[in-house]
Amino acid sequence: MAAVTADQKTQGTADTADAEHLAAFDAAVAADDRIEPRDWMPEAYRASLVRQMAQHAHSEIIGMQPEANWISRAPSLRRKAILMAKVQDEAGHGLYLYSAAETLGTSREELLDKLHAGRQRYSSIFNYPTLTWADVGAIGWLVDGAAITNQVPLCRCSYGPYARAMIRICKEESFHQRQGYELLLALSRGTSAQHEMAQDAVNRWWWPSLMMFGPPDDSSAHSAQSMAWKIKRHSNDELRRRFVDICVPQAEALGLTLPDPDIRWNEDLGQHDYGAIDWTEFQEVLKGNGPCNEQRLAQRRMAHEEGAWVRDAAAAYADKHAARPGTAGAAAQHVEATA
Amino acid sequence: MSSSTDWPLWEVFVRSRRGLSHTHAGSLHAPDAEMALRNARDLYTRRSEGVSLWVVPSTAITASSPDEKDSFFEPAGDKPYRHPTFYEIPDGVKHL
Amino acid sequence: MTAALALGDDALVLSHRLGEWAGHAPVLEEEVALANIALDLLGQARMLLSFVGDEDQLAYLREERAFRNVQLVEQPNGDFAHTIARQLYFSVYQHLLYEKLAAGQGEFADLAAKAVKEVAYHRDHAEQWVLRLGDGTAESHERMQRALDALWRFTGELFEPVEGVDVDRHALRDGWLAAVTSVVERATLTLPSGPQSGAWAAGAGRQGLHTESFGRMLAEMQHLHRSHPGASW
Repeated sequence: MAAVTADQKTQGTADTADAEHLAAFDAAVAADDRIEPRDWMPEAYRASLVRQMAQHAHSEIIGMQPEANWISRAPSLRRKAILMAKVQDEAGHGLYLYSAAETLGTSREELLDKLHAGRQRYSSIFNYPTLTWADVGAIGWLVDGAAITNQVPLCRCSYGPYARAMIRICKEESFHQRQGYELLLALSRGTSAQHEMAQDAVNRWWWPSLMMFGPPDDSSAHSAQSMAWKIKRHSNDELRRRFVDICVPQAEALGLTLPDPDIRWNEDLGQHDYGAIDWTEFQEVLKGNGPCNEQRLAQRRMAHEEGAWVRDAAAAYADKHAARPGTAGAAAQHVEATA
Repeated sequence: MSSSTDWPLWEVFVRSRRGLSHTHAGSLHAPDAEMALRNARDLYTRRSEGVSLWVVPSTAITASSPDEKDSFFEPAGDKPYRHPTFYEIPDGVKHL
Repeated sequence: MTAALALGDDALVLSHRLGEWAGHAPVLEEEVALANIALDLLGQARMLLSFVGDEDQLAYLREERAFRNVQLVEQPNGDFAHTIARQLYFSVYQHLLYEKLAAGQGEFADLAAKAVKEVAYHRDHAEQWVLRLGDGTAESHERMQRALDALWRFTGELFEPVEGVDVDRHALRDGWLAAVTSVVERATLTLPSGPQSGAWAAGAGRQGLHTESFGRMLAEMQHLHRSHPGASW
């Protein structure tokens, strides 16, 4: 009995402490202050962040595949160098984001396991195939363009490590969209076969890119709470319309047509209207019925499984040599550049 | 399938140029310190962001607790006499 | 311009092979590391090929028999141990060679002086991994040994004379052997003992004779460029 009373007492104190913590948390978010890893935060906020950061990180590493598909066939050495650097950045960005998620006590291994088991998502856009070289350009222009529109506001996300990772990512990604646009421009102004290739890619990537902003506001499961917590800063539809406004004049300058006859300027809104999005396709791809869902996940699993012996070997080596001072086991290391 | 668990986590500090101190850049995984240093070089300085690197096992960092922030940091707040702007100096007095 | 072509093709082909790792590396950190090396090599290739002519014409419009790279660099990636063995053998060679070229008065001295810093890092990367795979688990030890053995017979070609590369190739070979032996022994592995080249009098990569997988590699690399004659990208 005594134990029960003691427990109840502890519980009561904990509730008061939680209420104080919650008030401090709410005040910090309201004041546009950042939440840092060791701060108290509501469980649902933590879970929501882990979910979003994990999905974002997974998208970066799965997103390497459709572009890496063209590294070996890039049609000039200049383009090949650009594409390799871009795919490498995506691995780096995945890394930054897993690190940010790890500040909340979730290990990368755990997140990768969930991805491999199909229990966490990545952006559906990467379930579409890259069929021609022009797709590399369309991904840079439209997919990265949509991603940047989504990501720039995340640089002011209320969770410090996520916001800092996003600042670094946005800075590095500024070349990604430009290289895609430049690539398409070269095709559009090239031979008629090249121009056709570019138009075909834009036709296939336009609608899936619009879907990247997520379901319409009235049916988005996580939006409202995420906006209140300032994890998210603008609604899906708001960002989508902003993206259309940006793309219309860019397509014109490219000499390519966006595959939507309903795009027109709306005087009253001061923005563009656009046609209806096929949300059935979106839901289907999300459920796993996209053209590449299985292929993408299978390659990711295979790379991870085939790499297991390498990771194990390095860990075993580190264990063996841990005792030797000044080498692998030393607590910290530093290096000065010779230049 | 994989029996391997994560390699340890390391915090990376980058000196962006000589004369500046090392600043925390982020973290990464590596089996040991030597590889951590190399991974840090590849990841955090591939756009010439650094001239020197430190890597420290994340577990070696002891952090102050947000719960102690009042006792840790507030006492410094009411000691304005530590700052030069606290003192009044007559107009025209120079080099002070 | 045999020398620029030989060294340029080495860098171009190895860069291509390393690029094939994108999305397949054993750990995310290694994706970044392998891509860095591939990008360094591609940069070297572009500079070297531009000594000879237009980089894209040379890369995309030459037939297989016109490529002058050593057979070592065209070998398929295999498992990670094979890639690391190829990296060890080639980067130790390239490092020693470029050090000599950088110190000399030849036309590649400036280029080699820049590249030698990159290559020193590639060599270090390979050595670190040979140590870890050799002295890691029983499985990794076995895989690393198998890879060293499998690629050994492509190493002799590294020390064949190349017109325009003015170095003492016997000294180069001695330096290479000492360096490779030291790493292999520290990694608790055994230096392969078989012949360092195949028994074929016609020659090897430097004479434009390649291995079967190289034709397929080139077919993939060149097909898009060749499908649109005269197009710019």
